[in-house]
Amino acid sequence: MSKAGSVPGDEPIPLWLLAELTYACPLQCPYCSNPVDFARHKDTLTTSDWIDVLQQARALGAAQLGFSGGEPLARRDLSDLIGEGRRLGYYTNLLTSGVGLGEARLKALKKAGLDHIQISFQASSKELNDFLGGASSFDHKLKMARLIKAYGYPMVLNVVIHRRNIDEIAHILEMAIALEADYVELASTQYYGWALINRDQLLPSRHQVARAEAIARRYQERLVGRMRIFYVVPDYHENRPKACMGGWGNVFLTVTPDGTALPCQAAGQIPGLIFPNVKQASMEWIWRDSPAFNQFRGLDWMKEPCRSCPERLKDFGGCRCQAYQLSGDATAADPVCELSADHRHVVDAVDRADEAVAHGHTEPPPLLFRNAKNSAALDG
Amino acid sequence: MPVPMPLPPDSVVEIVPTLRFQWEEAQQAYVLLYPEGMVKLNESAGEILRRCDGKRTVNDIIEDLQHQFPDAELDGDVREFIEVAREQGWIRTR
Ligand code: SF4
Ligand code: SF4
Repeated sequence: MSKAGSVPGDEPIPLWLLAELTYACPLQCPYCSNPVDFARHKDTLTTSDWIDVLQQARALGAAQLGFSGGEPLARRDLSDLIGEGRRLGYYTNLLTSGVGLGEARLKALKKAGLDHIQISFQASSKELNDFLGGASSFDHKLKMARLIKAYGYPMVLNVVIHRRNIDEIAHILEMAIALEADYVELASTQYYGWALINRDQLLPSRHQVARAEAIARRYQERLVGRMRIFYVVPDYHENRPKACMGGWGNVFLTVTPDGTALPCQAAGQIPGLIFPNVKQASMEWIWRDSPAFNQFRGLDWMKEPCRSCPERLKDFGGCRCQAYQLSGDATAADPVCELSADHRHVVDAVDRADEAVAHGHTEPPPLLFRNAKNSAALDG
Repeated sequence: MPVPMPLPPDSVVEIVPTLRFQWEEAQQAYVLLYPEGMVKLNESAGEILRRCDGKRTVNDIIEDLQHQFPDAELDGDVREFIEVAREQGWIRTR
């Protein structure tokens, strides 16, 4: 959806605050955006710490507030935080798997002033949904989606798309129509952390992407005015990067369960950056002055080919985390860009995906699920 | 796509209840907030939407604005904006 943006040249405002309340989650999606070493991060912010964060960010101009995780419903003070967010004038969004939700909870959230719920499904069939989430949740999700609508919330239905479910896209959209979703986000998997580990299992082929895009477009046209469908082709299948986060330190501010402030959810992996913590510093200092938030702000940090590229104001050189992951250098052009010296990595991965899909070998090696045991094992 | 019916001047206009319209101090602008997104409104859009309160008709809104900005020629522009806002799903009419 059209994310809030700010005009270059203006003093940036953290219009979007994402509160990652906890990394606890009953599901184990193999593409989870939580850090691979999540098991060692504890939920150390108390209710009053969070309220302080909300107040400070609102004073800086934050207007959209997302509560996510992990599974944010795992925090028992969720209603209190939503209530405070609403009182401060935020538009409050709950990003949930639906697991842990029930009618009483839904009622309490409504009373607290929650504006909108985004419910995620792993797939549109019970079998695949429950396989990917690592637990039986499909029937409950369906029930919760209906209840969300019955309580009058605007509902976004979110499905992370990858090789295993991309061929079901029409079926997913039919499910969304039946559930009367107001918006559908067919969110192409972004290959960081867990998803990067599982990339050779998850990246769709060129053929799959072309087909899915055509189907999504057909539904978009058919459902104008009824349901909005967002589908963005996975960036690996493009030759230009996306304008990641609307620019580093430009619009987005994420606070993790232990109070670390990040310009994007994946930024924690970039070495050499010291990310500030809300318990040690003010939000104002973090946003305006901290070295981490200024590291890739604006255009001065760029090197070639971005530095002299006419498109640098459009995509800001792409994603810093992806640049680091694929080229080992966080100041390089995002390798999704054709002009990057490391673009080959991306093309090779897509070639491998084409081959794997063509030969139907989606099985070994197995998917690595996101759970505490695997997290501890990977955190060497 | 169906062609929208022209707006009768006596229809009452209101912002769709699932959207939130509010003044943002940091942006010095009115904004419309909706699930995971926000539109920053320019001054005239903000002044029009501020009056779409579920009580005033299109004519009331125009009259009111004309009163506030006596030198402006705004009848056509306001009608057009209200049409567009309705197509965008920002407002609804009764
Ligand atoms: S992606 Fe899956 S495992 Fe990760 S937080 Fe969301 S529901 Fe839980
Ligand atoms: S060279 Fe850099 S700025 Fe130019 S299109 Fe590629 S990533 Fe964007």
